Amino acid sequence: MSVALSVRNLSVEFATQAGVARAVNDVSFDLMPGERLGIVGESGSGKTTTALSLLHLVRKPGRIVDGRILIDGINIAKASPEILRRMRAARIALVPQGAMNALNPVLTCGAQFDDLFAAHAVPGGRAQIGSLLESVGLTEDVADLFPHQLSGGMKQRVCIALAIALRPAVIVADEPTSALDVIVQKQVLQTLVRVQRNLGAAIILVGHDMGLMAQFAHRIGVMYAGRLVEIGSARAIFGDPRHPYTRMLIASLPSFGARGVFQGIPGLPPSLLAQAPGCPFTPRCPRAAARCAEEAPETTSFSDGREVRCHFADEARHVA
Amino acid sequence: MGAKFVATSLMKPGMSLELRGAGVTFGGGLVGGPRKEALRPIDLVIAADTPQILAVVGESGSGKTTLTRLLVALVRPSMGRVLWHGRDVWRLDAKEFREYRRSVQAIFQDPFGAYNPVYRVDRMLLLPAIQFGLAVSEEAARPLAERALADVGLRPAETLGRFPHQLSGGQRQRLMVARAMMLKPAVLVADEPVSMVDASLRATILESLWHMRHDTGMSLVYVTHDLATAYQIADRVLVMRNGEVVEHGEASQVIRDPTHSYTRALMAAVPPPDPTIDWGLEKQR
Repeated sequence: MSVALSVRNLSVEFATQAGVARAVNDVSFDLMPGERLGIVGESGSGKTTTALSLLHLVRKPGRIVDGRILIDGINIAKASPEILRRMRAARIALVPQGAMNALNPVLTCGAQFDDLFAAHAVPGGRAQIGSLLESVGLTEDVADLFPHQLSGGMKQRVCIALAIALRPAVIVADEPTSALDVIVQKQVLQTLVRVQRNLGAAIILVGHDMGLMAQFAHRIGVMYAGRLVEIGSARAIFGDPRHPYTRMLIASLPSFGARGVFQGIPGLPPSLLAQAPGCPFTPRCPRAAARCAEEAPETTSFSDGREVRCHFADEARHVA
Repeated sequence: MGAKFVATSLMKPGMSLELRGAGVTFGGGLVGGPRKEALRPIDLVIAADTPQILAVVGESGSGKTTLTRLLVALVRPSMGRVLWHGRDVWRLDAKEFREYRRSVQAIFQDPFGAYNPVYRVDRMLLLPAIQFGLAVSEEAARPLAERALADVGLRPAETLGRFPHQLSGGQRQRLMVARAMMLKPAVLVADEPVSMVDASLRATILESLWHMRHDTGMSLVYVTHDLATAYQIADRVLVMRNGEVVEHGEASQVIRDPTHSYTRALMAAVPPPDPTIDWGLEKQR
C-alpha cells in the first residue's frame, strides 16, 4: 500500500527578536491511507507547527527551512501558491483548533460550502451540502444558519463537514475538541472517526491529551522541543513506552485509581532559541547520563516499527 | 423547592463560607421577559478552619460558574444569603469586606478576560501582595511573586515584565494560580483553573493546590468538567446540571457508585488512558 503522506526531515524556524527559534527539528514520518495518527506534546513542542506545515500554512516569521512533505508525489514544502491552493481541502484538509473563529461570521454555513466548491470548480448544491451536514450529525437546515446561531460543538461539526467536502486523502485536525465540553468532545470525536472511515482518509490528530490519543489513534507520535522523540503503535507506546518522556507523559494522566497521587513532569521544556547540543530532555530526564548532554541521540528503530530518539531506547523494558 | 444541604465538614458554625438557600435568577425585572434560574437555592458549607477540597463538576450552563460567583460575592443572590463567618457578605462594613476579599480568593475561568491589557503582568502579583499586607513595597513583594511563579512552572525572568497578550492561555492560567497561592487565602474558589494547561503540567499544579490544604490550611472549591482530576484532588464531589445539584458525596463514593445518569455520562466522557480498553469511539450511530 502506498503512503498517503510522507514527511522527511522537516524543519521549521521562526525568526524572532531574540534570535532564530527552531520549532520543528528534523521530523520524519509516514501516514498510511485510512490511518489515524496522533501527535502529542506540550505547548511549544512543535506539534501545531508541524500540523500547519503539512498544508504549508506556517506564516511569517515562520518558515519551512528544510525537508519534504509529499502527497501524490507533490512536495508541499516547495509547491507554488497555485498548486497549494488546489491541494488544500481537495487532497489535504484542516480541521482548525478554534472552530469558534474558523467560520466566516457574515456568511451562512451553506454559503461557506458554496465558496469552497466554487474555489475548486466542483459541482456542489443544496443536496450535496445537506448530505455533508447529515454525515456529521447535523440537519440540512443548518445550511441556512449563521455561525453565531450554532453551539461550539455544532460549529466544530460544520468545520469537519467542510474539511471532508472535497474528499481529501489526509485530514489534519489541530486540537479540534479542546474548546468543547467533555460530553460533546466525545460525540465530535465519534463523528470524526465515522467520516474518516467512510472516506477512507488518513487523519492526523494533534493534541496534548495522551488519554484521548490512547483511544483515538492507531499510531502515536510524541514531540518534545521540536523533535519527534518516539513514534509507534498506540498499544506499543502505552504498553511499553521507550522514551523517558513518553513514560512520564503517560504516568502524568489522572486515573480513577489512587487519589491524591500526582505525577507531573518536573522542570520546564527548554527554550527553542540557541538549543544546546545533546538531547533536549536531559535536564528533566530521570535516566539522563553524561553523554545525553553532549550527544543528540540518533533514531533507534525497532522491529515493530517503533522509532525512538533516546540513547537508552533498547534498555530493559520495565523501568518506571 | 427544598434546598439541598451539602456540608464539606462537620465544624463549629461561623468559621466558614456558607450558602444558605442561596439562588440566582436572571431576566425578568423591569423589561419583563422569562426568568431563568441559573442556580436553584442551595445550602453549602465550606469550612475555613478544617480545610477541605470540594470539586464542583458539570457541563457549560450547569450553574457551576454562577455558584463560584456567589461564593466570591461577584453576584448577589436573588434569594437566600451568602455568609462569611456567619455574617452576610453583602452587609459587611468596608473593613470586614476587605478581610473577606483577602481570605476568599478566586481564579476565574477565562484567563483572557481576567487581565487588564495595558498593565504588565507584574502588577497582577505585586499589587495584591502590597494591598493585602504581605509586603510593604514592590521590592519586598518581588521575591514572593517569583517564588509563586516557580511553583506553577513559570520562569520569573520570562514572565515578569511581559504584557498579558504575550502569554499563552495556559501561561495566563498559571499566573492566576500563582497569584492566588501567593496570597494564601483561607478559601480558594478556582473555576477551571487548569483547563488550558498541558496534562503533564496540570498534575504539577493540582499537586501544589492539593498541598496547600496541608501547608497553609486552605480550603479549595475546584470547578471543572473533568471528573478524573476532580476525583484525584477532591474530598467531596458535587455534580451540577441545569442549575441544580444532581449528586453530591464523598469523592470515591460518587465515582465508584454514581447514582445519577448524568454523573455516569460524565464518567463515560473521560477517555481511559489505555488503548486496550474500548471507549466506544468506533461505535456507529
